[in-house]
Amino acid sequence: MRIAERVRSVPESGIRKFFELAEERDDVISLGVGEPDFSAPWAARTAAIDSLERGRTSYTSNRGKRELREYIAADVARWGLEYSPDEEILVTTGASEAVDLALRAFVDPGDTVAVHEPSYISYVPGVRFAGGEPLGVPTYAADDFKLTVDSLQKSGAGDAEVLILCYPNNPTGAVMTERELSAVADFCVDNDITVIADEIYAALTYGREHVSIATLPGMRERTIVINGFSKAFAMTGLRLGYAMGPPEGIDAMNRVHQYTMLSAPTTAQFAAIEALRSCGDAVEEMRSAYNRRRRFVLSRFSEMGLDCFEARGAFYAFPEPGGDDEAFAEELLESQGVAVVPGSVFGEGGRGHLRVSYATGMRDLKEAMNRMETFLDDR
Amino acid sequence: MDAKRELLAVLSTDARESVTDLSRQLDLDPETVEELIDELEADGVIHGYQAVIDWDSINDSHVSAFVELNVELDRETGYEEIADRIVKFPTVQSLRLVSGDYDFAIEVTGESMQDVSRFISEQIAPIPEVTQTVTHFIMDTYKDGGMEFGDRDRDDRLSVSP
Ligand SMILES: Cc1ncc(COP(=O)(O)O)c(C=O)c1O
Repeated sequence: MRIAERVRSVPESGIRKFFELAEERDDVISLGVGEPDFSAPWAARTAAIDSLERGRTSYTSNRGKRELREYIAADVARWGLEYSPDEEILVTTGASEAVDLALRAFVDPGDTVAVHEPSYISYVPGVRFAGGEPLGVPTYAADDFKLTVDSLQKSGAGDAEVLILCYPNNPTGAVMTERELSAVADFCVDNDITVIADEIYAALTYGREHVSIATLPGMRERTIVINGFSKAFAMTGLRLGYAMGPPEGIDAMNRVHQYTMLSAPTTAQFAAIEALRSCGDAVEEMRSAYNRRRRFVLSRFSEMGLDCFEARGAFYAFPEPGGDDEAFAEELLESQGVAVVPGSVFGEGGRGHLRVSYATGMRDLKEAMNRMETFLDDR
Repeated sequence: MDAKRELLAVLSTDARESVTDLSRQLDLDPETVEELIDELEADGVIHGYQAVIDWDSINDSHVSAFVELNVELDRETGYEEIADRIVKFPTVQSLRLVSGDYDFAIEVTGESMQDVSRFISEQIAPIPEVTQTVTHFIMDTYKDGGMEFGDRDRDDRLSVSP
C-alpha cells in the first residue's frame, strides 16, 4: 500500500520501545505513565451511566452540549478567562483533537510552527500532518524549563506563524509566571504569531495559580486555549476536551470538527457536566495527593543526589542523571524493574533527563524511589 | 491547607506513615512533624491509631451491632452523664448523640449475637434514663473507615504512555 509522505515522515514514538520493554515483565513499577492513577470521580461516572440508561446515545450539537459549554465558561473564569459558550467554546474528543483541529485550522502548507522542547510528543507529528514545518525552540534546565524570548529569537521563531505553548508542561512539570509569560506574549504580538496554548494541566499546579497567556494584553485575539477533562478529572478514557478562542478561530476549528468528528462523545459530555457541577472537591483531593507525592519524590531525589529542579505543575518530575538518558532508563528498567521515560523522547532539550511520573500510589512510589537509590548506588 | 490539617489528612488515610516519609511529603523537618503530632495528641485531636479490619475475612467469631437508644432526661441527668456511663464498657466501640428519632447511636461488638444481646439487656437497658433500645446486628460490611472492602480497583493503565 502506498503511504503518504506526510505520514511516512513521522517516525514511531520513542515511548513505544519502553512500553514494550516494560510489558515484558510483571514486576515493574511504572513511573512512565502519563495519566492519573485515580479513576474519574464517582458522581461523574454515575452521570454517564444514567445518561446511558435514559438512552441518551445520539450526537450532540457540533460544538458540544450547550449546558456543558456554559459550565466550562464558568469554570475557566477562575483563571480570568472569559469566553462565550455560544461562539467561543468548542467541545472536542480530548485535548488531542483540539490540538489537531487548531493545527489544521491555522497552519498552511509550509508554515512554520514553533514548538518548545522538551514537550508533549504529539505536537511535532501534528504539525507535520497539517503540512507545517516544526521549529524546535529549546528550553533549558538552567531556566527551569521555562520558555524565554532569548531562545525564541535564537531559534528564529520570529518568522513562525504559530507557536504551541504548553505550561504546566509535560514532560518537565514546569510552570510559568505572569511576568515570564508577558515576555513571550510581547514577542508573539510583535511578530504576529498565533498561539495554541495547551493548558490541559492548568488545574494541577502547586503553590501558585495557573496563568493563561490568553489573559495578557494583545493575546486574546491571537490565542486558542485548549483544556480538557483527562488530567484534572482523571477522565482520560472518556476522551473529552475543549478549545476556547475568538469566534473566527473557533468557527474555523469547528469547520474541520463538523466534517471529521460531528461531535465529541455524548456519554462523556454527560460525565463532564456532572464533573464541573459537583466534583470540585474530588479534584482538590487528587491535587493535594499529587502535591504530597511531588514533594516526596523531589526530596528523595535530593537525598540520592539526583539533580532535579522544583517542578510545580502537572504530575511529572524531570531529574537529570546526566549522560545517556536512554541507556540509563533501559538499565534502570532491566536491573531494578522501574520504568521511566527518557527525556530525549520529548525532543532535544530533554536529553540527559528522565520523565518521572508521580501519578502512582504512595506505596509503589516509595518502593520505586528505594530501587532508584539502589541503582544509583550500584553505578 | 495548613500543615496540621494536611498532616491529619495523610494520617487519616494511612496512620503508618513514618515521620521521615511524612516530612518528605509535607515538606517539613522531621522534628516539626514530631512536634505537630505530639501537639495533636496532647490537644486530644488525635486519640489513637487503628487498623481498618474486615473481621469477616478471617472467619473469627466477631459480631457487631448498632443500637439505637432513647433516653429520658431529668433535672439531674443530661446526655453527658448518660454518655459517661455507657462509654466505660469495653464492649462499646462508639457512642454518638444523634438527631432524629432516637438519641444515641451505639456500636457494640461481642463474640456472638447472644453475647451482644445479653450486654444490651443486662447493662444498657437497665440504666434508669433509658426508655428504649433497638438493636441492629450487622450482617455484612462493605466499607469502613473510608476503605472499601470489595475488590480493589485494578490498575489497567498502559505501563508507559505519553
Ligand atoms: C500536554 C498534553 N496535551 C494533551 C494531552 C492529551 O489529552 P487528551 O486526553 O485530552 O486528549 C496530553 C496527554 O498526555 C498531554 O500531556
